[in-house]
Amino acid sequence: MKIKKPLLMICTLALVVMLAACGSKDTQGGSSASGTANNDKSSELSGSVLAVGSTALQPLVEQAAQKFMAKPEYSKIQVQVQGGGSGTGLTQVAGGQADIGNSDVFAEEKLKDESKDLVDHQVGVIAMAPVTNKDVGVDNLTQKQLVDIFTGKVTNWKEVGGKDEPIVIVNRPSSSGTRKTFEKYALGQKTEDLKGSIQEESSGTVKKIVSETPGAIGYLALSYLDDKVNVVKYDGVEATVENVKSGKYPVWAYEHMYTKGEPKPEVKAFLDYMASDEIQNNDVVELGYIPVSQMEVKRDADGNITK
Amino acid sequence: MKTMDERPVQVGSARSGRFKKHHAEDLAGRSYTFICVALLIVIIISIVFFVASKGLSTFFRDGVSVSDFLFGSTWDPEGNQGDPVYGVLPFIFGSFATSLLAALIASPLSICASLFMTEIVPGWGKKLLQPVIELLAGIPSVVYGFVGLTVLVPFLRNVFPGQGIGIAAGSLVLSVMILPTITSVATDALSSLPRGLKESSFALGATRWQTISRVILPTVLPSILTGIVLGMARAFGEALAVQMVIGNAPHIPRSLFESASTLTSVITLDMGNTVMGSAHNDALWSMALALMFMTFIFVLLVRLLERRNRI
Repeated sequence: MKIKKPLLMICTLALVVMLAACGSKDTQGGSSASGTANNDKSSELSGSVLAVGSTALQPLVEQAAQKFMAKPEYSKIQVQVQGGGSGTGLTQVAGGQADIGNSDVFAEEKLKDESKDLVDHQVGVIAMAPVTNKDVGVDNLTQKQLVDIFTGKVTNWKEVGGKDEPIVIVNRPSSSGTRKTFEKYALGQKTEDLKGSIQEESSGTVKKIVSETPGAIGYLALSYLDDKVNVVKYDGVEATVENVKSGKYPVWAYEHMYTKGEPKPEVKAFLDYMASDEIQNNDVVELGYIPVSQMEVKRDADGNITK
Repeated sequence: MKTMDERPVQVGSARSGRFKKHHAEDLAGRSYTFICVALLIVIIISIVFFVASKGLSTFFRDGVSVSDFLFGSTWDPEGNQGDPVYGVLPFIFGSFATSLLAALIASPLSICASLFMTEIVPGWGKKLLQPVIELLAGIPSVVYGFVGLTVLVPFLRNVFPGQGIGIAAGSLVLSVMILPTITSVATDALSSLPRGLKESSFALGATRWQTISRVILPTVLPSILTGIVLGMARAFGEALAVQMVIGNAPHIPRSLFESASTLTSVITLDMGNTVMGSAHNDALWSMALALMFMTFIFVLLVRLLERRNRI
């Protein structure tokens, strides 16, 4: 018994050292392997592409990746798509762990200095509409009224022309890209999390709660809208694809795919495919986004709009 | 480690051929277990080190004071109201409130279920309940959360004032989740009681209820408490199911039916949206560190209770 304990300690220590050594050897092996892979792609593109980030963009990228890999000329490229959120995507692409960082917001809004190296590829536009429970009796809200609701100045629907019913806010977490977009372009200001407000991460849950809770208000991407919730006009403008394209309806944002510097050939092939008409006119529209090419207005990272 | 200590000591190892084979087997088995144990230790140490290094940078690099962090009641990491404020008291409150309430709801049920299985109807009662309890333990937490959101929340909304979402919904969902933990620990303790204890109580003329309440329960109390602490530890660490039904507002709620948050729900909600190395992200790691610290306390409690348990 007395001899065994030090023995165990020694074995443990030895193993720790061994494992540490293994670890470093592994990374060396990995990097040299990828180096050779980069060298011999003279004839045909091969390799792997890792796209990480926004869960809002994930379904589109996944669907495009499936189609991309099914093409004979790209069959040697492996595209992997992972979620994790816009923040994760931007961190990983800036740190070099991922080839593509998917994000709902401009990199400048999340990162500071690292965003300079990142190259933006806009693959779609996502628009959002304020939605309420069907019983509130309001079908139009001005920006001022929305701000009053989301800052807690107005707490009953009768103050904005609806029924006598308390307002229940269903928000996104303060770090979420969807919330940032809504605050920036619909409210024009940041809001704090009010007491009693509900925060949910996924659009599905927001829709479920808004449709079931009397007096609830939230916001959803256009692809989630149906007759279970009451879609509210924003300053009298209906949230439709046409109004977004023409610039009448302002609550929209780009979906970004960032690369660090100029992309590797296989990454570039995939991004080109994302921007091709095949994806833009079919999958993008099908999944509820708006193709960037059809937008009549442009917007930069500071929110300035140009025709 | 116990298995190694209990390994039969080799006696009469003079016969060289047999000895060598045994010796080699013994050495192989021994080094295999050593490697496993060492790997476990390495994993645990590296996790603790990683979480601590991330979590502590909130205080050292981002300059947030520990007391502001632990006792501040304002959580505004994005600086919506001026400077970012990182006060996690609402989340600590939410975590403790939900897990304590869950334990409070689940403990009587679990203790009764295990008494039913071991003392009252040991035959078919055990045959019927045991699979049911095991089934409860096997249901994934996302299912609990979804059922809670679809069934429990509308029910609470109709019966009580408020939106149905909140600490009450969270602790009810958690109580079902920790029921199997407490029940199985209590059942094990009850069935391992020496028969003599019960029989002597009966021999003295005590009824079954008197035996249960005066003899059996006091004897197994430390084990039952161990089960409750284990259950609470699980409730404390559960993220997904709670996050779905609690509402996630970063405030200390005024009632059980108002939106609130727990440490875990905020971490899962915000972790993907924040950038590694930002102060917001560091603050989430600090909360993970606090969670881990709480788990250590729970483990410590269980150890203390187990020590008391040795009769």
